[in-house]
Amino acid sequence: MRFAIGLLTILAIASIIGTVLKQNEPYPNYAFEFGQFWFVAFEKLGLYDVYHSSWFLLILAFLVLSTTLCIIRNGPTFLREMKSFREHATDNSLRAMRHSRQLALTLDEPQAMRLLQGHGLRVKRAARNDGSVLLAAKKGSANKLGYFFAHIAMVVICIGGLMDGNLPLKLGELTGSITPETRDLPQAQVPQQSRLTAANLSFRGSVTVPEGKSADVIFMNSGNGYLVQELPFIVTLKKFHVDYYGNGMPKLFASDLVITDKDSGKTSEHTIKVNHPLVVDGVAIYQASFGDGGSPLQLKAWNLQTPQAAPTEIKGNSLGAQPLKVNGRDYRLEFGELRVFNVENTGTPSSGDKSLAQRLNDVRSVRQDTKDLKNIGPSISFKLRDQHGQAREYQHYMAPIQQDGAWYQVAGVRSEVSQPFQYLRIPLDKDMSIASFMRLYAALKNPALYDEIRARTTAKAMQGQAISPAMQQQFSDSVRWVLSRFAQGGFGALEQFLDDKVPADKRQAIAQTYIKILQGAVVDVMDVAQARAGLPAWPQDAKHYRFLLDSLVSASALQDYAAPVYLEMSGFEQVQASGLQMTRSPGKNVVYLGSLLLVIGIILMFYVREVRVWLLLQRDDTRLAMTSNRHNRDLDQDFEHMLGYLNKQAGEA
Amino acid sequence: MEMVLQQPLYKRLAAGDWLYALLIIVAAGYSFSLYGSAMDYYEQLILVGSSIGLVALGWFWPSWRWFFPLAGAVSLLAIQLYDHNLARAAESFGLKYLLSSQSSFMWMCTLFFLATVLYWAGTLSRAGLLMRMGRGLTWAAAVFALAGLFTRWYESYLIAPDVGRIPVSNLYEVFILFCLITALMYLYYEAKFAVRQVGAFVLLVISAAVGFILWYTFERQAHEIQPLIPALQSWWMKIHVPANFVGYGAFAMSAMIGVAQLLIRRGILASRLPSAEILDEVMYKAIAVGFLFFTIATILGAMWAADAWGGYWSWDPKETWALIVWLNYAAWLHMRLVKGWRGEPLAWWAVVGLLVTSFAFIGVNMFLSGLHSYGTL
Repeated sequence: MRFAIGLLTILAIASIIGTVLKQNEPYPNYAFEFGQFWFVAFEKLGLYDVYHSSWFLLILAFLVLSTTLCIIRNGPTFLREMKSFREHATDNSLRAMRHSRQLALTLDEPQAMRLLQGHGLRVKRAARNDGSVLLAAKKGSANKLGYFFAHIAMVVICIGGLMDGNLPLKLGELTGSITPETRDLPQAQVPQQSRLTAANLSFRGSVTVPEGKSADVIFMNSGNGYLVQELPFIVTLKKFHVDYYGNGMPKLFASDLVITDKDSGKTSEHTIKVNHPLVVDGVAIYQASFGDGGSPLQLKAWNLQTPQAAPTEIKGNSLGAQPLKVNGRDYRLEFGELRVFNVENTGTPSSGDKSLAQRLNDVRSVRQDTKDLKNIGPSISFKLRDQHGQAREYQHYMAPIQQDGAWYQVAGVRSEVSQPFQYLRIPLDKDMSIASFMRLYAALKNPALYDEIRARTTAKAMQGQAISPAMQQQFSDSVRWVLSRFAQGGFGALEQFLDDKVPADKRQAIAQTYIKILQGAVVDVMDVAQARAGLPAWPQDAKHYRFLLDSLVSASALQDYAAPVYLEMSGFEQVQASGLQMTRSPGKNVVYLGSLLLVIGIILMFYVREVRVWLLLQRDDTRLAMTSNRHNRDLDQDFEHMLGYLNKQAGEA
Repeated sequence: MEMVLQQPLYKRLAAGDWLYALLIIVAAGYSFSLYGSAMDYYEQLILVGSSIGLVALGWFWPSWRWFFPLAGAVSLLAIQLYDHNLARAAESFGLKYLLSSQSSFMWMCTLFFLATVLYWAGTLSRAGLLMRMGRGLTWAAAVFALAGLFTRWYESYLIAPDVGRIPVSNLYEVFILFCLITALMYLYYEAKFAVRQVGAFVLLVISAAVGFILWYTFERQAHEIQPLIPALQSWWMKIHVPANFVGYGAFAMSAMIGVAQLLIRRGILASRLPSAEILDEVMYKAIAVGFLFFTIATILGAMWAADAWGGYWSWDPKETWALIVWLNYAAWLHMRLVKGWRGEPLAWWAVVGLLVTSFAFIGVNMFLSGLHSYGTL
């Protein structure tokens, strides 16, 4: 008993560890988190997969054994007690019972028998030598059965669990006949000792199938690597469906599957969705996840060194990689996932400065969530890797995004995976194109145009009498200097200059001047750019001026973008993939049977009370004695009830 | 547990019992005539099952016979006022201040707080009247809670037909369910064992939950109705979640009774509270009920997981903590029944049990990630 409690405690503690320490993560994550020493120590203890570690399974096995022994040891006694009516109880023992009373009344035997049976008791009669008759009655023997049910249930559930556990796998790994594969290989090249045949009785793994493709294996995590489980059938994904509610939350994930039996070649079509798995050959197929399956993409590549040139068309596949040559340098373009829906919370967060009345009104109101979930359209992520293997990660959105009444194209960049994306908002012209911005950007980057630009800007300043004629040359030089400095390093470069060269007390004023110059000159930059391209002059209104100011911000941010090309996604054909989880668990029904036994056992143990009643019918009087398996107030009540009943009977007779 | 030696059930049923049963059957039949065509096989089964359950509950506990129809009537009145138009929530006076689900819940919160105060005042001053008033307010709060849940169910369909769902699918809704179930279980035991002074303790844990609900509503706008994500679209949810909360409610109540018992055994408030022995028994009965329902809920959860997650047991943190809670109370009951433990150690254990249970209930959602992450803070 003590031993069992001790084991249970260890089991509980181990389970807690398993919930606190994330299970089955890639090993490098653990090494990073705990340091080498603890990483190795925890690995030896099997803490990365506690519930399947040898010692955990061993404790479970011990518990099954000790519970079984408990049943075998106590069982016969319990059974004997269940059967017995204790009809040979002596006067002394009857008198000694807590609920026992000598009553000055006589009952004849049929009358007493009726009384007891009328209360649903089973009765056994015993005639005694002194002529008296003892009626021993009882009810609720099933209470004892509860003990059997509950304890057998434990054993049954554990056996079911062990059937579905990975015990054979563990043994295979111990003997070396099975070794998890740790390399990232194409499935067909995984060696035999990392493959499990379709005859395997119990497994649980998953596979990702793109639309139009098939799979006949699943992958199972095992320690530091994975195993390949072969299936008795081939799964082909025809189409994956995803539906959304009006507020952007997902509503339905479903896969149209074609199952082809490997032996007979027969095919059948099914649709599975979350909560509605399909069972084939004892293998249950679940809709587990979804993603991109490698979609053909079309992109426009804007060369950022010659941004005025028309973009070139590039084709690629999401999740694929391809070489890219820009300005004589070799790069590798590695596409990530294409995401067609990007649901973002664009609602304003509830501010804390609402009045109490407003808040009270808010909590009373019945409404759907106000999180303004909005689909902001498709995005593609990719990495651009240079010859030295250095890469930056980009995330480009395809659809124009409206912010404060103007339209932008949004692109994110980061140099490390752990960092958040820095977003670039490129303003769009009236054709919803970034071409105008690129034209402006090209002109900004082109020193050959600066003389023309500064001439225009200075002339305008003179005209508006913003500067005196004496200042003309100096102003013109400033325009040129500010433009070239900005073109080289954006706002950052100007700030750097101020920090390095200008005394602190004058920085503010000079910064203001630079900004003013830039804001004035950008109009002329655009005019020159338009003229060079043979396009009409840039309209002079608030909307178009805002475009120019936004362009300055984007041009500055492009410094950090740090790529030779800007890849604008122009089209795609979505190919989705469905993540299928497959399980074969022969122990499931065993566990359910155990669960049923457990519930029956608990009900019998707690809600069936065993009561025994003895009526000793003697010549002059009667003795009533009662016991119950639990001394509680209920027995007091029952005893009083019985006494009252007997007295009434006697009164009537 | 009832008296064992009595007439069989069918002989003990009086006219009132049959009348109540008739009411439930007629109501169920009427619902079926209205919505039967939209129900699938499982939902028809649930309708039959819940009708049987409601009749049984009414026969077992007489107070249920007026409570349930009253909550239903209040909710039907709210539905009448809505008149198929969600915007009426802000226009109709009755809905805005009394009967819309959010107003009902706010009334529930207020009434539970007041009931707590009254129970304490009554217990400390030995005033039976105050405690009776406390009980009355607890009943009223429970009516608002149940009616509010029914109304919210209806409101979710008004938002959009595909949003409609039973309101037991996020942390906000289950907290209301928790308050409701704990209060009802307490009211049952109060009547049965005449232990109304314990109300002061049990209402404390309900008040704590109410405090959480208010914080969650005001700070996080958690009361907004969201549609069900695919993983939760299952009829299993309708039985798994309520069964679980009978367990949680019972465990919470037993812990508070444990606290009262420990105080009495130390002579604190001893003259104002029932005897420690009676509390010991109520505590045991609460844990026995909780254990049964928690076991059933965990099994139902396993069966649901087998449909949704690809296995009846995945060692997901919530599952694992459910197992720990289960082992904890299994050991508790074992010690009482087999080893004959009574009194103080078990009272302490029940109090500690509440910590374990609370962690399984809220802590897992707050601190651990896993498949059960439906309610985050």
